[in-house]
Amino acid sequence: MQHLLNLVALLGRSVLAGCRQVGGVTLFALEGLSHLVRPPFYPRLLGRAFVEIAYFSLPVVALTAVFTGMVLALQSYSGFSRFGAESAIANVVVLSITRELGPVLAGLMVAGRIGAAFAAEIGTMRVTDQIDALTTLSTNPMKYLVAPRLAAGIVAMPLLVVVADILGVMGGWLIGTTKLGFTSTSYLTSTLNFMQTGDVVSGLVKAAVFGFIIALMGCWSGYTSRGGAQGVGAATTGAVVAASILILALDYVLTAVFFGV
Amino acid sequence: MSGTPKIRLRGLSKSFNGKTVLDGVDLDVAAGEGMVILGGSGSGKSVTIKCILGLIRPDAGTIEIDGRDVLAMSRREREAINDRIGMLFQNAALFDSLPVWENVCFKLLAQKRITRAKARDKAAEILAQVGLAASVGDLSPAELSGGMQKRVGLARAIAAEPDIIFFDEPTTGLDPIMGAVIDGLIVDVVQRLGATTVSITHDMASARRIGTTAAMIHKGRIIWTGPAASLGETGNAMVDQFARGEREGPIQMELRK
Repeated sequence: MQHLLNLVALLGRSVLAGCRQVGGVTLFALEGLSHLVRPPFYPRLLGRAFVEIAYFSLPVVALTAVFTGMVLALQSYSGFSRFGAESAIANVVVLSITRELGPVLAGLMVAGRIGAAFAAEIGTMRVTDQIDALTTLSTNPMKYLVAPRLAAGIVAMPLLVVVADILGVMGGWLIGTTKLGFTSTSYLTSTLNFMQTGDVVSGLVKAAVFGFIIALMGCWSGYTSRGGAQGVGAATTGAVVAASILILALDYVLTAVFFGV
Repeated sequence: MSGTPKIRLRGLSKSFNGKTVLDGVDLDVAAGEGMVILGGSGSGKSVTIKCILGLIRPDAGTIEIDGRDVLAMSRREREAINDRIGMLFQNAALFDSLPVWENVCFKLLAQKRITRAKARDKAAEILAQVGLAASVGDLSPAELSGGMQKRVGLARAIAAEPDIIFFDEPTTGLDPIMGAVIDGLIVDVVQRLGATTVSITHDMASARRIGTTAAMIHKGRIIWTGPAASLGETGNAMVDQFARGEREGPIQMELRK
């Protein structure tokens, strides 16, 4: 009987802890966002966070996109050739990249880079009292550390995804023209004919949401980290894991909203 | 020194996860006084300071600064009070992403009381007051030794000319000579600013140098207050044991035998 009660207590504790976490993140997000519209602003910090996300993530996102486009072309060929539907390869590539793979894969790569970097930097500031020091120096840490990063995430991710979209299509084009017998013109024409504004825009909206989530989880994990080097390590891991899962879950939600039946 | 104390704490209590850290702290700090709070590790010294700074919200009790209850204030009023407070953290807590000069002038820059162009010269001026060359301003905090970091931290705490300054273990982790140097700098700048100070320390030599009044905190309560010069011969067995660093006495360390 006692064991059963312990089990129930454990379940209750985890549910309560989960609720506290969700509530904590939500309040944190709302406060962070509210500072985006209340001065003072920190354009230098916004610029730095933007460069960190957009510019320094470019190589990793670009490589991911090119190879994804290449694999996509190759895989669709092996499937579609059985039905004589090879001509649809360009369409499949552009649809998959712009709607799904561009934002999701770029999001996962950036979550690894930026979520971890934000959590480690802010976490270290927390455990070395630098965040408390900000408060004593008449600076609101939410405004100084969190708001610029959130804004940079929201703006930078869609730009990265535009690049990922283009390079992903180019990856498909590369395989299509060199291995699958498309002419360059026919591949690009069918890509452009099939591409719809809605697909691209929905992908960019997803990207903005993912950018927000990555920056939010990075900042929140770092901000709430406790207990020295180990705490910062845990915060870093937590930020990446939480951001990745949220990206995949929200991808489903957003897809259902945009294209739901 | 008029009737209203600069800082008045009454019944300050705080517990973390059911563990009581502050159990009704009462403390008065008069204007211009150098208060030193003594106490063993984990006795609640740091938490007391963090409560006054507004970094931790106490569970119960009142904190008055200049006779005004800061816990009942709006955020804006609270920030206005904080504007007049400086703090030197135990490990200096310098911003490692910024060069020393930006650290020193951080508050002035944040409040736009100075332009970036002028901040470098201003930083050099303040660094000189803590015995550092202007060239230090261009270094990053990671390039500084512990003693230099403390001095930069002190420079940052005094840059905006606060009228209350908190020092969290200003000499911990420094050699005795550097500790004395830091204490000397603290005494100098405090005198020049005419500031009220509250320091946490368990370094008795430092306590006598920077403090005028001392208070001993034990198990979350203030058990003694008196002149800092009398430490070691106060007649209070607990304080004397602490000040002399004796193993035997009324304070028993909870060691597992």
